[in-house]
Amino acid sequence: MTDQRRPSPGTLIVGASQSGVQVAVTMRELGYSDPITIVGAENQLPYQLPPLSKAFLSGTADEESLELRTAAFYADKGIRLVLGEQVGEIRFDGTAGEAVTDAGRVLSFDLLALTVGAAARRLALPGVELSGVGYLRNMADARRLQADLATAESVAVIGGGFIGLEAAAAARSFGKNVTVLETADRLIARAVAPEVSEFYRAAHERRGTTVRLGMSVTGLVGSNGRVTGVALEDGEVVAAEVVLIGIGVVPRLEIAEQLGLECQGGIVVDEFARTSLPGVVAAGDCAVMPNPLTGEGRVRLESMQNAVDQAKVAAATLVGQPAKYHAVPWFWSDQGNLKLQIAGLSTGYDQIVLRGDQQAEKFSVLYYRAGHLLAIDSVNGVPDYMTVRRALAQGGQIPAGLAADSSVPLKSIVVSAAPAAGVLA
Amino acid sequence: MNTHATESATAGSTLVAAPTIRYYAPGGVLFEIEGRIGDSVMETGVKNGVPGIVAECGGACSCATCHVYVDEASLELVGAPDDLEDDMLEGTASERLPNSRLSCQLRIQADFNGFTVHVAPEQI
Repeated sequence: MTDQRRPSPGTLIVGASQSGVQVAVTMRELGYSDPITIVGAENQLPYQLPPLSKAFLSGTADEESLELRTAAFYADKGIRLVLGEQVGEIRFDGTAGEAVTDAGRVLSFDLLALTVGAAARRLALPGVELSGVGYLRNMADARRLQADLATAESVAVIGGGFIGLEAAAAARSFGKNVTVLETADRLIARAVAPEVSEFYRAAHERRGTTVRLGMSVTGLVGSNGRVTGVALEDGEVVAAEVVLIGIGVVPRLEIAEQLGLECQGGIVVDEFARTSLPGVVAAGDCAVMPNPLTGEGRVRLESMQNAVDQAKVAAATLVGQPAKYHAVPWFWSDQGNLKLQIAGLSTGYDQIVLRGDQQAEKFSVLYYRAGHLLAIDSVNGVPDYMTVRRALAQGGQIPAGLAADSSVPLKSIVVSAAPAAGVLA
Repeated sequence: MNTHATESATAGSTLVAAPTIRYYAPGGVLFEIEGRIGDSVMETGVKNGVPGIVAECGGACSCATCHVYVDEASLELVGAPDDLEDDMLEGTASERLPNSRLSCQLRIQADFNGFTVHVAPEQI
């Protein structure tokens, strides 16, 4: 019978990202045998993003080591890569679709995955076009920043989020004069509690980086087309030959909007990574989904974990074996010798418990809401992090009243999930 | 025979440009992959599709999902894990054994030809 079937044009994956590659790999693992094509704007094999602001910038990882798979792997799995081209026009009626790339290539499909990621949020201020000023979102950005850092003495980072702080730590490790400028009154304000923000401010200062909070930038100044400094609202100019702008990202929605998909601060998907159009899934930084832990409200997670786990869910949906997203979100940020590991989502917490020693740069913050454990931020505290991650995955709890005693391993106070009805523990 | 002489010369060479790493996937299937000196055993396995190495964090020693058991004969090439890896190994899904390592922390060296690992059966 199968030879009577009209051949399927297969799956088109837009975005040669961590998610895009994972969708393709998982579809093959699940037995999908129709064609798979991944389109990516960059003219190189798909690679990991997180190390760009960490190991790559510090010089401990090279480009080849960041590649997600070898060229031979894709060929072996029948995954076709169309690189250096971007999808322009696209249409899909739910059963048959066609995309045209900027090079005029026509790609037909009957299933579609959008793994288009997010772009660096642009700073609209005078002087951003000066050379030496840039963002850090892709390999080209990282290469340029690396080259700029080689000759610079002073570096300014606009934005005290993860990317900015990671890059600041790398630049400082090369002995540069580094200034971090943050508009808010604390660092990494969207992701962590004030106590953790304050720890990072002090830790970066201890390492010789200047951190200036509540500081609005009014523009960049330069001479002969090159940046020389960052102008602040009080008239001061912070000298800098390299300026990194790290003020967050904006999900790429152009293709989703062309297709008429529901978008609200991202491509809206359900717990099966399904968009509002049947046959179309979305995964990774571009997607907003129901909170995977509570089911309440929607979240857009910018993390490798989400990129991978949501892509697996999306692939399962495409091959007709839907499985709900249930992964515990987790995240890490290496800043010099400070390893921050986050598990869970702290949104909506009403209580925190501190354990460990902030002075020794080894501590954890546990987040609770109405007595229920939501999340952990752990700095150089792997055992705490691993324990909480596992507890969250298994529905376990850690009583807030006991967690503060650092002499007691968290592992020993985990309360397992309630046994199923009729089962006596 | 000429060919025999050539083989001997190759075998006697101390430098191997691309050491072959041997991975036993869960279930026992053997993958032999040419590694690149300086890459990790994890990266090399993942990039070439060795099943069972999840490597959620991509090599930052942050997830404990690239757990392998290093073959006895290969153990002396890698020494003991550092404190961070040691802590992470306490959280592996499969049992930690004396020869447990996170493969993201094993860097391929010139003398790794034949380095052999067994991928842990459970990673998450």
